Amino acid sequence: MALKGLDIFKLTPKTNCKQCGVPTCMAFSMKVAQGALPLEKCPFITDEVKDQLSEATAPPMKTIKIGDHSLGGETVLERHEKTFVSKTLYAMKVSTANDDAKNDELLGKVAKVDYDRIGERMYCEFVYVEAAEGENARFVDLVRKAAALDRDLILACSDVGLAKEALGVCGGKNVILMGADASNYEAMSAAATEAKAVLGVSGASLEELHDTVAALEKLGNKNLILNTTGANAKEAFRNTVEVRRGAIKGGDRTFGYPSLVDVASLCGGDAHKEAAYASLFTAKYGSIVVLTEMDYAKALPLYGLRQNIFTDPQKPMKVEPGIYPLNGADENSICMVTVDFALTYFIVSGEIERSGVPVNLLISDAGGYSVLTAWAAGKFSASSIAKFISEQNIEEKIKNRVLVLPGKVAVLKGEVQEKLPDWQVVVGTNEAVEIIRFLKEYQK
Amino acid sequence: MALAKTSQKFNSSISAFTIGTDDKTVTLGGENVLPFYTFDAPIENAPKIGAEISDLGMEKNVPGIRDYYAGAKDFSELAAKAAAIPGVDFVAFSLDAADPNGENRSVEECVEECRQVAAGTDLPLVIIGCKGTEKNEALFDKIADALSGRNVLLMSAKEENYKTIAASAGLAYNQKIGAESAVDINLAKQLNVVISQMGVKPQSIAMNVGVAAAGYGFEYVVSTMERVKMAALSQNDNMLQMPIVTPVASETWNVKEAIVSEEDIPEWGPQEERGIDMEIVTASACLASGSNAVILRHPASIAAISEMIRELV
Repeated sequence: MALKGLDIFKLTPKTNCKQCGVPTCMAFSMKVAQGALPLEKCPFITDEVKDQLSEATAPPMKTIKIGDHSLGGETVLERHEKTFVSKTLYAMKVSTANDDAKNDELLGKVAKVDYDRIGERMYCEFVYVEAAEGENARFVDLVRKAAALDRDLILACSDVGLAKEALGVCGGKNVILMGADASNYEAMSAAATEAKAVLGVSGASLEELHDTVAALEKLGNKNLILNTTGANAKEAFRNTVEVRRGAIKGGDRTFGYPSLVDVASLCGGDAHKEAAYASLFTAKYGSIVVLTEMDYAKALPLYGLRQNIFTDPQKPMKVEPGIYPLNGADENSICMVTVDFALTYFIVSGEIERSGVPVNLLISDAGGYSVLTAWAAGKFSASSIAKFISEQNIEEKIKNRVLVLPGKVAVLKGEVQEKLPDWQVVVGTNEAVEIIRFLKEYQK
Repeated sequence: MALAKTSQKFNSSISAFTIGTDDKTVTLGGENVLPFYTFDAPIENAPKIGAEISDLGMEKNVPGIRDYYAGAKDFSELAAKAAAIPGVDFVAFSLDAADPNGENRSVEECVEECRQVAAGTDLPLVIIGCKGTEKNEALFDKIADALSGRNVLLMSAKEENYKTIAASAGLAYNQKIGAESAVDINLAKQLNVVISQMGVKPQSIAMNVGVAAAGYGFEYVVSTMERVKMAALSQNDNMLQMPIVTPVASETWNVKEAIVSEEDIPEWGPQEERGIDMEIVTASACLASGSNAVILRHPASIAAISEMIRELV
């Protein structure tokens, strides 16, 4: 049950001492109720009261840390309500059900995808090592091989003895031990705690999963991830939605943990279906998505989707200002200038690339706003463009003196021309879709 | 505490919208839950898939598309092949060549092309206009007449040209109208309102609320669709209850990831696979956010998405 500000206010000293950084005790209480401030900010709240309130003021979903990664901590079900916090992470799966050659091949591919997109490193964060039923013998060996890679590990194994042995060869790696269920949770929890691993919990049904999590919490283990993969895709989607929705809308803290969906197990080796489900569970509540393989074909759209969905609407996505030579542009190619809003960059560069005409795309620092917004805010003006050209030494780097302005800021032409007398300033198109025709005609 | 389930079954529902004739009809919408939330209430009409063909010809650099359509001598055979792809519910024909900035093919030619397409398949048809909004007015007027009785959906009635299209295609020829707006819930609603005010029944309108390829500002697509569905279902806003039809392929097959050749960026691997996965990932995310139908090109994408829909609904 979420507490109201008034309930918290009753427990404060009501002296408006301001030591919490807020002018009044009432205002402080309202902020605590919204989750904006921790209760501990008030030095006069006794431990007794803290205990009484901590349960009620805790966020609906815990944030689980694994190395540098955060999972969970979400407060809303739809991103327009208030930003998603922790992006979906991906894992590649190796299993004792495969032969050694297949596993070696897969492990060799883990590091293949690794690139930068708008300032974010895109790579497969985890290796998921599975002990298939009745195939325990080679598990520890496989874990040892996976541990040699520069990735965090997920160990899927429901045999406590084997899990302990495998944890022993992980060599200080960050590990999720995906092994607890109704039958073994006590011993598995002890093993995970001892190895400082996050514990993964599975259940044959949502009810069983709920009961096992409740039992683990009673044992004091709240460092958990819930396996929401079901027997089939429909069940997996239901479980994943029910767990997240139960926590955030239903206030059920027992389900307030990140989720893991083993998409590979739902698709029978069909890579296209894996792409479809990876997308579904990135959009809907999968904290970790397990795939057979992460290649560029999957990574390019998936990581793009993830970057979009988990973006903070209050912070525009920006690309680095600078010269972007497209279609083999060199110092003799014309320049087109635009803003550093990521979407503008992608659309404009895409159209230029399709035209095949060599162009130096100049991305100026415009605070991450779109062309018209940046212009209105004074961040994309004749002075800012001239300053950008001089700061980046563009006149030294590029000999061509044609500069194309976005059509939407045609009004700047005279002023830009005045500030850059050596250049021939040209007004380009209003819309990106017209760029191809513009460039082809300009080339003539 | 025992498990207490939270349900999101709403009292309002998305309006049911039917295209096609006789026993070859396709119905979109009708559900009163969020996408694929069959555990809250049954979803009567599963999301549908359209196979897109273009009058500019099919992707020549994509073997799976090029080879599939190889040998089609006219638009009628092209349509027949599109209709035969397993998992396809309707055929979408794009009049790309009509673009005044491109080939600027005449209205008469385009009408003839549409007649051929209609002769090639009895599946329901969706006609997608070209990039020229004025050209589409003339196109849709004649096409609505030529395909009269086929109950087709004419996509891309926009703020600039909806009046002519609604009056002609919607009222005079009783076809279905696709209202296209640019990833903004207010623009989407406004367009539905003004088209309805002209006398077109809300049940004759579908929406294209805008789309981008995954990675290209797709957050706006997600949020627009989710907000539209929430307003339709939880606030019973009947000017947002029209089903959403999303032309995914025309976006995804144009982005860098789908068109750069393997020679240019060898580490990215085969171009075709990148195009397919871009189409699949974008389509899946559109369906998860609220699209009632997606329009795709590659047979492999259609196979994956149709199987996902079958498994989830």
